[in-house]
Amino acid sequence: MGAGHAHALYVHEHSPVHRLPPEVKIAAAFTFVACVAVTPREAVWAFAIHAVALAGVVRLARVPVRFLLTRMVVVVPFLGVAVLLPFVAVGDRIEVVGIPLAVEGLWGAWNVVAKAGLGAATSLTLAATTEVPLLLRGLERLRVPSVLTQIAAFMVRYLEVVVGEVQRQRIAMTARGYDPRWLWQVRPIATSAGALFIRSYERGERVHAAMLARGYAGAMPPPLDEPRTTTRQRLLAATLPLVGLVTTTAAMLWSRGT
Amino acid sequence: MTPATEHALPALEVEGLAFAYPDGSEALTGIDLRVAAGERVAVLGPNGAGKTTLALHLNGIHRAARGRITVAGATLEDRTLPELRRRVGLVFQDPDDQLFMPTVREDVAFGPANLGLRGDDLHHRVAYALAAVGCEALAERAPHHLSGGERRRVAIATVLAMEPDLLVLDEPTSNLDPASRRELVTVLRSLAVTQLVVTHDLPLVLELCPRTVVIDGGRVVADGDTSALLADTELLAAHRLELPFGMDPATVRGLPPPR
Repeated sequence: MGAGHAHALYVHEHSPVHRLPPEVKIAAAFTFVACVAVTPREAVWAFAIHAVALAGVVRLARVPVRFLLTRMVVVVPFLGVAVLLPFVAVGDRIEVVGIPLAVEGLWGAWNVVAKAGLGAATSLTLAATTEVPLLLRGLERLRVPSVLTQIAAFMVRYLEVVVGEVQRQRIAMTARGYDPRWLWQVRPIATSAGALFIRSYERGERVHAAMLARGYAGAMPPPLDEPRTTTRQRLLAATLPLVGLVTTTAAMLWSRGT
Repeated sequence: MTPATEHALPALEVEGLAFAYPDGSEALTGIDLRVAAGERVAVLGPNGAGKTTLALHLNGIHRAARGRITVAGATLEDRTLPELRRRVGLVFQDPDDQLFMPTVREDVAFGPANLGLRGDDLHHRVAYALAAVGCEALAERAPHHLSGGERRRVAIATVLAMEPDLLVLDEPTSNLDPASRRELVTVLRSLAVTQLVVTHDLPLVLELCPRTVVIDGGRVVADGDTSALLADTELLAAHRLELPFGMDPATVRGLPPPR
């Protein structure tokens, strides 16, 4: 368990984007994604500007494009739905290489692909430039209820411990000749899941006891350092959401005009 | 570490402590124990004897059904609970239970921050505790990326940071490789604080603790000089304790005299 780096989404670098305070980055990413989400789908040029702006941030953050693309595979299930839309939507049809496709469906598919792609790329860039503990602290500074950030923090902390237990259980089962192929062999997996649940629950109790033993009384102590945010950093972080806002506003006016 | 005025008081006084778990099983049936300030005392006993249960009583995680616990003059009751939790530093058997913050530094700061320390005071306290266990270099690491020995020492730092009067260690050497064990023993010997060491590791007891208490069936069955106690084969056999192969307490040489 001592080996490796837990955060598969993080790229270790020292870029200006990495150095931005987490709450500023979260706010910027959130605003930008919101802008992308409300951009009218017909304004294809607006999505191009969004993409170029985001690509600029990715380049500044020195996040490898390959790294982003491979992790964007998570949006594939949504794209599956998008691919179906041109076939199932009703309304006007156009012929594409001999296949009749619904115009409305094509726009719908484009909408999903563009927004999901940009949204995922933005979140991944945030994750690639911000370590998990900092993300949580950023959320805390943005006044997310501390119960939620505490739960998330403990989840991150104990995920590896629980995964380690799962692996040990699986090895122990394999070592005794368990080699599941069919559904009726599922029982040991179910019971081991139950055992895992009990163990995790008991660990939770022990961790709570350890916290009480060190004076925990319901609230986490405030973070150790509060780094100061410079105006320059604020301006840098504001660039992406500003570009997004301006583009989206322009796209909305444009689509109303047409 | 202990203020001079408190030297007259025993670090720990336990009188008639009894406890039963909610399912009715009696874990402690009447523990009497007195530890002087600065002493290092080993607590031995077979599995299920009540050693860990006793440890969890000492800073009020479990509350006794009967009996009294006094730490450096303060009796454990609802009113004194926060102060007792500062005075008694509990080091848990599994460091994964004890280290729950994202970084080592934040984890060591957790206790003193709960005591109200902030700013420079807090930073100094963290630096002092990490230095005491030789883990200054690990401050920014994530606890789950440390080796077993490092985790154990950091776990000790997390309670040292609260400047306890009594350090209670539950199986401090379990699951450690010989070198990590050696480093841990060196750290424990270097600490001036009163220590209660719950363990099955008899060589550790002989090296670290001049005095030993044996618990079985929820009460103290023997209390005395460690070498004499470990030489009493009848007593050891009666309580499922065994010396490791080849170890004879009478012939162990080469240790610096216990403090």
